[in-house]
Amino acid sequence: MSDTWLMTNLRAVKGRAYPRVIGASREPSWIFFEVALPLLTVAAYAYIYKFMDAPAAFIGFVILGGAMTAFWLNVLWGMASQLYWEKETGNLQLYMMAPISRMSLLAGMAVGGLIGTTMRAAATMIIGIGVFSITLDLSEPLMLVVVFMVTMIALYGMGMMFASLYLLLGREAWHMSNLMTEPIYLASGFYFPVKALGAYAAVGASVIPITLGLDALRQLFYPATSGEYGFLPIEVELLILAGLCVMFLILSKLSLDYMEKLGKRTGRLTLRWQ
Amino acid sequence: MPPAVETKALTRVFHPKKKKEGKSVTALAGVDLRIEQGELFGMLGPNGAGKTTLLKILSTLLLPTSGKAYVAGFDVETQFQAVRKRINMVSGGEISGYGLLTVKENLWMFTQFYGMKSQLALQRIDEMLDQFGLADKKDEKVRALSTGQRQKMNVIRGFVTDPEIIFLDEPTLGLDVNASRTIREYIVDWVGKRKDRTVLLTTHYMAEADQLCGRIAIIDDGRILACDTPENLKKMVKTSTMLKLDTTHLENKQGLSSIRGVEKFTFTDNPENNMTSLRFVLEDEAAVSDIVSSVIAGGAKILGLRKTEPTLEDVFIKLVGKGFE
Repeated sequence: MSDTWLMTNLRAVKGRAYPRVIGASREPSWIFFEVALPLLTVAAYAYIYKFMDAPAAFIGFVILGGAMTAFWLNVLWGMASQLYWEKETGNLQLYMMAPISRMSLLAGMAVGGLIGTTMRAAATMIIGIGVFSITLDLSEPLMLVVVFMVTMIALYGMGMMFASLYLLLGREAWHMSNLMTEPIYLASGFYFPVKALGAYAAVGASVIPITLGLDALRQLFYPATSGEYGFLPIEVELLILAGLCVMFLILSKLSLDYMEKLGKRTGRLTLRWQ
Repeated sequence: MPPAVETKALTRVFHPKKKKEGKSVTALAGVDLRIEQGELFGMLGPNGAGKTTLLKILSTLLLPTSGKAYVAGFDVETQFQAVRKRINMVSGGEISGYGLLTVKENLWMFTQFYGMKSQLALQRIDEMLDQFGLADKKDEKVRALSTGQRQKMNVIRGFVTDPEIIFLDEPTLGLDVNASRTIREYIVDWVGKRKDRTVLLTTHYMAEADQLCGRIAIIDDGRILACDTPENLKKMVKTSTMLKLDTTHLENKQGLSSIRGVEKFTFTDNPENNMTSLRFVLEDEAAVSDIVSSVIAGGAKILGLRKTEPTLEDVFIKLVGKGFE
């Protein structure tokens, strides 16, 4: 692996990330659609918990879950469906023709999506904390950063894998994303601790990295509730998330290579005119 | 020095996804081609002739069903990374990039996929925008560009990475005269200045191929029918007489091909002005009077009749027995 090869691919990551990062400032409508609207859902759950006299931490759980929905939606609509849209616009064949690793394109999409989405999620968190006067009990900020980053790598790794698989599905990809929106909100415990689903369901849902990531983040924000509402110890969750990172990155590479080979053989997957 | 492009018995068959969706289509049927470095080579043929399929194979986007293809001496199947470093491609009607980026940002983004340093890329982009008359549009969003401006931007995208070999797939498709001229002039200038650079241009505009290309291959139904300089190709019909005849709408044209002395003929009906344009390749000029008689007997009036110099379209008509449209 030469320096030139590495630099070329790092530049490709930067180039592909750029439209996603700059897009946020060019289309400020996201403030309404991706911050204000999710906050309405968060508010509904928060008032239910208030009405039920649930522990105060539950409102924090909901706000954190609401912020994390931005990442899940970005993975579904901005990562998984992206190669299909790129094919339809004609960009994909230009990407495929470039002398770079296809992984650097996906990494660019992921990095750009992550940066843009973090801004949206942070806005949801800040507004939610302000509106509902939430107090956080954060004692391990470094661990929080580590858990968040590992969760994001695993989550976007899964998005990278989906990107190739969705390309095989073609137009059906739209339905797949719809199918994986609300059910995952439920299965991953976006608005309640996943432990409430029971051990078997929670283990099953843990294949989606945001399940364990969200649970670990909640435990870090509210350490006092960890024993009662946390699913697994944070260290265990972190270890599993690290495993998911490796697994999804390898699977995304394999599925991307398969998709490219199949595309070149059949002429259907990557070319707009086919 | 290896040729810029070489194909040996190159064949590509597209199979339908399911049998009930139709038959397999042979897009390329044993194409042999050799293009030397420094050539501006044209591939002329009607829609569906196999031009784009050939370019997709050469640009490593598609595998051949059989046969071999080499670009700069590298096998497109097994050495595709080496090929990709040396090529770029621009297609007519392309809508690449992202509408929310500015022209300059869009071009910069594509240079990053070729590992160009940002400073060099931005400098070259500025120079080329200036050459293409787009300097005042560099900070405009791509979605605000007209079709012609967008295609100029696409052409810049292809050339800005300074490829050894560029594939241009109908680069002036649907453009107005001025935009087409700018692009054609740039192509000729680029290949003329850099003798180690090669252009493979596909087009179905006869005049474009005639004007730009040092050599032209005429392709139809996936086969190369002739390959030579435009002058030599036109010599193929030099001994024949070219006749162009405009009439009011002519209903029955079947009898025209059987007139003695008519080698090949094509026609275009234009319902908007109720006209028919006929184009003949004649072995014998004596056939003209029989043609005129036949047209009049068919109930049409002669609007214009003239002998023309041989063009590439005449060559195509002679080789294939049909026109482009």
